[in-house]
Amino acid sequence: MSLRGLSLRFWVAATLVAFVFLVALVGPLIVSTNPDATVGGLYEEPQCCGALILGADNEGQSVISNLVYGTRTSLIVGIIAGLIGTAIGLLVGLVAGYRGGWVDDVLSAIVNVGLAIPVIVIVILVSVSLPQRNLYTLALVIGFTGWFWVARAVRAQSSSIRTREHIDVAKLSGAGFWSILRRDVLPYLLSYVVMAGILQISSAILFESTLSMLGLGASGTTSLGTMLYWAIQWGSVRTGAWWAFIPPTLMLTLIVFSFLLLQSSLNEVFNPRLRRGRAARKKAAKEGTELETPIEGDDAGPVGSGGFLETPVSAGQDR
Amino acid sequence: MALAKFLGRKVAWTLVVFFVALLLNFLLPRIIPGNPVDAIVGGLARGGGTGGEQLEQIHQHYMQEFGLDKPLWQQFFIYIGNLLQGDLGTSFGSYPASVGSLISQALPWSLAIQLPAILIGWIVGNLLGALAAFKGGWLDRGAFIGSLFLSSVPPFALAIILLFVVGAQLGLLPIGGAYSFGLTPEFSLAFFGDAITYFWLPFWSLVLVFIGGQAVGMRSMAIYELGSDYVNYNRGLGVKEGHTIRYIFRNAMLPQFTGLALSIAAIVTGGLIVELVFSYPGLGTLLFSAIGTNDYPLISAITLLITIAVLIANLAADVLTGVIDPRIRAAETGER
Repeated sequence: MSLRGLSLRFWVAATLVAFVFLVALVGPLIVSTNPDATVGGLYEEPQCCGALILGADNEGQSVISNLVYGTRTSLIVGIIAGLIGTAIGLLVGLVAGYRGGWVDDVLSAIVNVGLAIPVIVIVILVSVSLPQRNLYTLALVIGFTGWFWVARAVRAQSSSIRTREHIDVAKLSGAGFWSILRRDVLPYLLSYVVMAGILQISSAILFESTLSMLGLGASGTTSLGTMLYWAIQWGSVRTGAWWAFIPPTLMLTLIVFSFLLLQSSLNEVFNPRLRRGRAARKKAAKEGTELETPIEGDDAGPVGSGGFLETPVSAGQDR
Repeated sequence: MALAKFLGRKVAWTLVVFFVALLLNFLLPRIIPGNPVDAIVGGLARGGGTGGEQLEQIHQHYMQEFGLDKPLWQQFFIYIGNLLQGDLGTSFGSYPASVGSLISQALPWSLAIQLPAILIGWIVGNLLGALAAFKGGWLDRGAFIGSLFLSSVPPFALAIILLFVVGAQLGLLPIGGAYSFGLTPEFSLAFFGDAITYFWLPFWSLVLVFIGGQAVGMRSMAIYELGSDYVNYNRGLGVKEGHTIRYIFRNAMLPQFTGLALSIAAIVTGGLIVELVFSYPGLGTLLFSAIGTNDYPLISAITLLITIAVLIANLAADVLTGVIDPRIRAAETGER
């Protein structure tokens, strides 16, 4: 896959994602104001240059500083939770699909039950009961409850790979169970897992902000969700203090949108059937190679991890 | 009797899931070290404002209500028994009020927002997605990017922006609550006319996001169908476009039913936060205040209710898919 094959949409998405990471990583270095320090009055208006460039929030803290630290927090939670969710889902899905038999039956039953119960319910119940909530417990809770659809989708694909000939060859040559999974099954799913991982991260970020807005956020840390929680609590929308809620809202939207755009553009790269337009078709004809058809499973396609996302990862998986 | 068998299986499956949900609702707070009553009473004591004697009383009341001095399996039966009698317990935040009465006040508002949003969003979204896929060109480009953007905007973010621009800045629609101060909910034209102005903003924030999500899904589905063999074959035979489009639409529609079932949990979650933004007096706002006051019985009743709502919606979507598509019925009952 050459770099020139990537669509404009991919580059736009990659630029936006890079920008988000830049804000989260470099932002706190540039904005040296402590997000917990009181630097202004209640909802002090934005003024040029300095800690109050985006005004102050209900506690007189600098909004710009909260914004960059909050973005970092949201990304940390999202990435930890997303990686945990994808890893568990991948493992369960691979084992269930490849092993088959009773292992598959048991694991699939668990996954189906998990998919039927709304994630938010479990997350709320666990977070309410936790004696204390910090960044990492929140990420763990979200990660451990959001893996079900990844498992289902991976299972559908790995069980279709199980019957392929190269698996028999691997078995005959004496490869062990885990070695076959890693070297002969996993590579076929890798593109899919990458996309699922991106979706997991963006939905985990949304989940964190949802929980924070409900008042179940991490204590002692600023995140985009907790900023919105305070903005709503203190009625900043009604008083017209736009600088308190518009920046975190836009930041969250930007994060989620850029991740989804990245996922959907990668989807087009991995899944050529979705490509539209004459240019793409001409290119495929010129290359003269039949690109491998996506593996078809009986799965209904991951539909967010119970967050707000309803974008099917790949149309090919649905029939 | 394939249909009856199919229905029976679906209902049995839903009951199993419901039982697991009940178990989780019961167990999750109890496996965490310390019992919920201690946590609640501890929280109250920290919050201040409640005297020691009162705390003792509350503690005892709850120990008795949950039966926390008994072994775990007995507690579970007490829990189930209370539920069967429709007794959801007593609220903690608004103490003498029963959880049941609080919920029955909030539930109609949530339903009024969510049901129309789900139905209208699903229909409009699918039509838009199909249209974009067939027409292609600028319509496809515009509709796709637009839908993708809408579907990836968190509903609460859209809610906040709508609230700020339409409600606070332009002053076109009221910005919070569900009806004007001084009115009481009743079935009259005047009340309805007033309540509907409060209804629009939360409704639109939910429905626009849902339309976006559905349109993106339907577009992918329809494009996938457009490239399939029967479409090429029809083209070769010279079958009319309109005829083929009908086939495509029906085939692309089926996964969207499953998609609806799977996205219901998401839209319910989104709706809860949207209510919160507009302080709409539904379940979301109730949940928010329950979490704020550590009102454990109320929280657990609301989570149970959300689970039930999502399960029923899933069952309905599943059954509908099975009724429409005989292949699914056959596969489920093992005939194919």
